Amino acid sequence: MTAFFETNGLAVGYNGKTLIRDIDIALNKGGILTLIGPNGSGKSTILKTVARQLAAIRGSVTVEGSELFRMSAKEVAKKQAVVLTERIRPELYTVRDLVGLGRYPYTNIVGRLTDDDRRIVDECLALVHIKDLAERDFMTLSDGQKQRVILARALAQQPELLVLDEPTAYLDIKHKTELLSLLRFLARERGMTVIMSLHEIDLAAKASDLLLCVKGETVAAFGTPDEVLRSLPVEELYELEKGSYDPDFGSVELEKTEGKPRVFVIAGAGHGIPAMRSLQRERVPFAAGILFENDVDARVAKKLASSCVIAPAFEPISEELFEKAKTLMFACEKVIDAGTPVGTFNEANGRLLALAREKGLLKNE
Amino acid sequence: MEKDKAARRGMGRFSLVICLLFALLIIALALNLAVGSVRLSPNEILDLLKNGRNASTESLIVFNIRMPRMCLAAILGGALAVSGFLLQSFFRNPIAGPFVLGISSGAKMIVGITMIFLAGSISLSPAVLVIAAFIGSLLITAVVLLFSQKVRNMELLLVVGIMVGYICSAVTDMAVTFASEQDIVNLKYWSMGTFSGKGWDSVVTAALICTPALIASWLLSKPMGAYALGEGYAKSMGVAVKPFRLALILLSSLLSACVTALAGPISFVGIAVPHITRTLLKSSKPALVIPAAFLAGAVFCLFCDLIARTVFSPTELNIGTVTSIFGAPVVILMMVDRRRRAGQ
Repeated sequence: MTAFFETNGLAVGYNGKTLIRDIDIALNKGGILTLIGPNGSGKSTILKTVARQLAAIRGSVTVEGSELFRMSAKEVAKKQAVVLTERIRPELYTVRDLVGLGRYPYTNIVGRLTDDDRRIVDECLALVHIKDLAERDFMTLSDGQKQRVILARALAQQPELLVLDEPTAYLDIKHKTELLSLLRFLARERGMTVIMSLHEIDLAAKASDLLLCVKGETVAAFGTPDEVLRSLPVEELYELEKGSYDPDFGSVELEKTEGKPRVFVIAGAGHGIPAMRSLQRERVPFAAGILFENDVDARVAKKLASSCVIAPAFEPISEELFEKAKTLMFACEKVIDAGTPVGTFNEANGRLLALAREKGLLKNE
Repeated sequence: MEKDKAARRGMGRFSLVICLLFALLIIALALNLAVGSVRLSPNEILDLLKNGRNASTESLIVFNIRMPRMCLAAILGGALAVSGFLLQSFFRNPIAGPFVLGISSGAKMIVGITMIFLAGSISLSPAVLVIAAFIGSLLITAVVLLFSQKVRNMELLLVVGIMVGYICSAVTDMAVTFASEQDIVNLKYWSMGTFSGKGWDSVVTAALICTPALIASWLLSKPMGAYALGEGYAKSMGVAVKPFRLALILLSSLLSACVTALAGPISFVGIAVPHITRTLLKSSKPALVIPAAFLAGAVFCLFCDLIARTVFSPTELNIGTVTSIFGAPVVILMMVDRRRRAGQ
């Protein structure tokens, strides 16, 4: 069985020079595929080739079984539409007129819009929630509004395949999430197939059915977000050396300060995060403990603390770990109590606090 | 329905602008027929128009001098405005025009050389001059395009265009040095730019070249609209970008060459008139702007020509002098306004 969109042995590049080869993609109808990878990795080159703006160097691109590069320009325009990174500056175009341009492959020689065309333009305006902007001059809109208009224009082409190159660039978090939610809606409810590139790996993992990592001359990984992010850690894909990435939550931490710990943070249940972040900002090497392995504080401590004491979940803290934490704590100049309540399982932390208080190490009291 | 109202409002504005321009055109035509060193009353003109040519001086003035001159000013003014609009679509920038990019000067150079060095061997019919001007236009357009690949900044490209224009003028001046007395008189007269002294043969040549070129330009409205969003989007909508760009350049060059060959270089009409037209229409839709800009160009040049030949009568001003006085401020205001808006 062939997928709605496929590439086989595709090689892309400029002026006959191959940048990325052996690209094999299979994407079902109504799926969202997102290309991720560092700047200049060739995401745009792949998208431009898929959008037929650039000739393929080798291999094939098929949409519903027909070879993309053998279709007429008009056929392609009816099948796929694009949202590009280049910023457009059309003067004196109303939003409605600009979206109307999307009817290009369907209109007559002078581009006259029929009643049907106008109805479709209206539907597209409604779909991206910009009906009230219809008569506004495009150039007077905000970046978020502009991006919606550009998306509406693409939708007016009534494509089955939507190709978007970094559609969330220039957008704030509200507009980013709204745009991606809209794409999910189009994919699931309207059966639109989407291929795009994103810089936000966290959003890419959350919004996409498939991820494709571009790195070097070949595809580094291709599959569901879960498969991809586990097989190829983001730190490796982006050659992240000064920080870390949590694939489950998509959160980014800055570089940890290595060295002998100077501060010991007694934390747990998320109470320790502000103190740990603050120490990281001050570039103070610190230790954290005693944290259960399923605690959010443990996740953050692993990324930020130069050493930490982690206990197995669902068990009381062992004496062995308590002794280890005690030694670590006494080697520090001071101790911070993150304010985590002491209960049955973490009573060892209560004993650590008492010791710290006794020795005058506890600083935030 | 809301959308119909909106669509009608757009078309309503277009109809209004067209009606206004037609009214101005009729006024301009009437004034051009009546006003001059020999002033004719409306009745005299109507009489002449009704009864046709006769042997009187008035008939000669109306049918052989004022009428062809006014037809030429109207056709060429319109052609120049459309030529400018095509260039602006090509560069996706409203400050492009055949004069500021040096294209008119290129046409002038080749026409000048033709006038001086080929005057003896071939007859200098209007058609020959148009061909010479077309070659000159294409030559300089090619040079400007070559630079445009290096300089992405339009303002810088204008500077290049103006410099190229100076080089062409220098070459023309050099050619003049080697010309005979009679050729110089002809050349000087022509190169200052004027609609005067042109007969019906010039009008026919202008009409024969401009009509098909203008229709072809209007038929490019659809891809021009898509191209306003940039090459990438145009391609994605099915525009064959390369042939389209070539067609734009050829048509624009042909129109401006026709003007330069028949009336000499005329400045600023190509930028000022399309700008005024877009502002009046509140739209850049090529299908609307092209016909409106043609009419506006005709009106603009008719009034400028009227001023050129009446203000210091019996001395006539160059048409380029008058179009500069009215056109250049429009261009300056436009550039300042764009800067201001870009800064926001």
